[in-house]
Amino acid sequence: MSLEQFKNRNVGVQSYKTLDVGTTPETGMEKFTQVVKRSVKGELFVGLWVVMKRMLQALFQNDMHTVKYPFEKLPISPRYRAIHEMLRLLESGHYRCIGCGLCEKICISNCIAMETRYDENQRKEVTEYTINFGRCIFCGYCAEVCPELAIVHGPRYENASEQRASFSLFEDMLTPIDKLNLQQEYDGFGAVSPNADNNIKQTPLAY
Amino acid sequence: MTTTLTEHIVTDLPQVTAVGVIIKAVIILAVISAIAGFGTYIERKVLAFMQRRLGPMHVGPYGLLQIAADGIKLFTKEDIVPQNANAFIFKIAPVITAATAFIALSAVPVFPDFTIPDFIPLLGGTFVPSIASDLNIGILFVLGMMAAGLYGPLLAGMSQANKWGIIGAARTAVQFLSYEVVTGLSILAPIMLVGSLSFVDFNNYQAGGIADWLIWKQPVAFVLFLIAGFAETNRTPFDLLEHEAEVVSGYATEYSGMRWGMFFIGEYANMITVSVIASIVFLGGYDAAGALGWLFIMAKIAFFFFLMLWVRAAWPHVRPDQLMWLCWKVLMPLAVVNIVITAIVMMV
Repeated sequence: MSLEQFKNRNVGVQSYKTLDVGTTPETGMEKFTQVVKRSVKGELFVGLWVVMKRMLQALFQNDMHTVKYPFEKLPISPRYRAIHEMLRLLESGHYRCIGCGLCEKICISNCIAMETRYDENQRKEVTEYTINFGRCIFCGYCAEVCPELAIVHGPRYENASEQRASFSLFEDMLTPIDKLNLQQEYDGFGAVSPNADNNIKQTPLAY
Repeated sequence: MTTTLTEHIVTDLPQVTAVGVIIKAVIILAVISAIAGFGTYIERKVLAFMQRRLGPMHVGPYGLLQIAADGIKLFTKEDIVPQNANAFIFKIAPVITAATAFIALSAVPVFPDFTIPDFIPLLGGTFVPSIASDLNIGILFVLGMMAAGLYGPLLAGMSQANKWGIIGAARTAVQFLSYEVVTGLSILAPIMLVGSLSFVDFNNYQAGGIADWLIWKQPVAFVLFLIAGFAETNRTPFDLLEHEAEVVSGYATEYSGMRWGMFFIGEYANMITVSVIASIVFLGGYDAAGALGWLFIMAKIAFFFFLMLWVRAAWPHVRPDQLMWLCWKVLMPLAVVNIVITAIVMMV
């Protein structure tokens, strides 16, 4: 391949199809006929009808695109990475975290801090566990690396507060023991959002 | 033709007194201001529906009290006269827009005439006419007043030390020069047919029902007048003065609070005036007898008002040079040809 060919960036210019855009009028008479044609063609009324149809659909077929956000929320993807959640074992209610420390090690923004000790049964017990949400970039590595599916990302994205620290203690992220039956299992990587079927649209073929 | 101009029969109507006219003026001011405020709500709602949105929803049921919220906001905002502006002209410019819009309405029939019932003290028995002042040159007066209203944007833009304002003022001049010829010439043909400049004569000329409407005799004049009316009220295809994508807010860039609000009220009052003129001159006015006719003209005015919002949702706006091209090279020749043909038909 020669250098000229390599530098030619007009890839595939030979197979482009040119649309028929008509000719630019040159003489006065051609300009005049073009103006008259466009005036009587009624394209403007097509535009009027388009918006009128939209209005009728919006009013009578309830085809509104507005989501009244604080009152109604769109379902989000299970892969969404918001504030972390600490899950419990469903049978015993004990927290799943085994104190392995992998999340602390993998955290690229160095925002997870944990301390562990052996309890009387020689099991690892988590004594301190905090995530500094001022530093967390919500990359999701901690949830990915966790061997027990103990730390996952939850759907709680409305995390405006005076102190981000108020989200970040282990007890804050842990599933409340009385709401154990409501605990959502992580769907796994590649899971689709619950309303995925509604979001599928017909591919427009008439380009 | 000249005889009908003076034979204006008002003998069967009660005496129009100064008190009645003043009451009428107050009614026009109050009601049209309120409708102008309500018009902003309607405009936002209609535009929202056409874009599949909801529009204002939170203040009051279906956002109806949004007008009150906006009004409170406008009235309580700090009155700012920016640095380096010519303060006197800056302050008086919005008054010109609002005042001329309402003065124009004084010669237009709005709302039916009525007599205040006798049990009301002081004013009982006063006849309130449908037109505050039934001038025999009604159309000329209204068009002239609406044209004078363009001094508002012009002076507003030039009084402030702001480039957007200057460009807005220059565009005002361009727009004014373009559409004013078309307005006058387009409405001249119906005036020739009717032989009078009074709105009452126009109404009486078309009193015979839908078949008598002037739109069937003067379709070209109707379309031309509608286009010129859109330019006159700065509505969307021709909103060069304050098109925010190009000149921020044009002449209104440095205005805020109630001074800006007065421009707004003036614009909406002008929209109503143009709707009224189009309804009376071309669509038969309040032809049916009694209250039904007034319902009809309300419907016609409402339709024209809706048309302006509809067009705003649907069409892009033109460039200043396109507006001049349209008005001078297309619309004005058409209007002249229309007048000549009308004259020939009338002569034969």
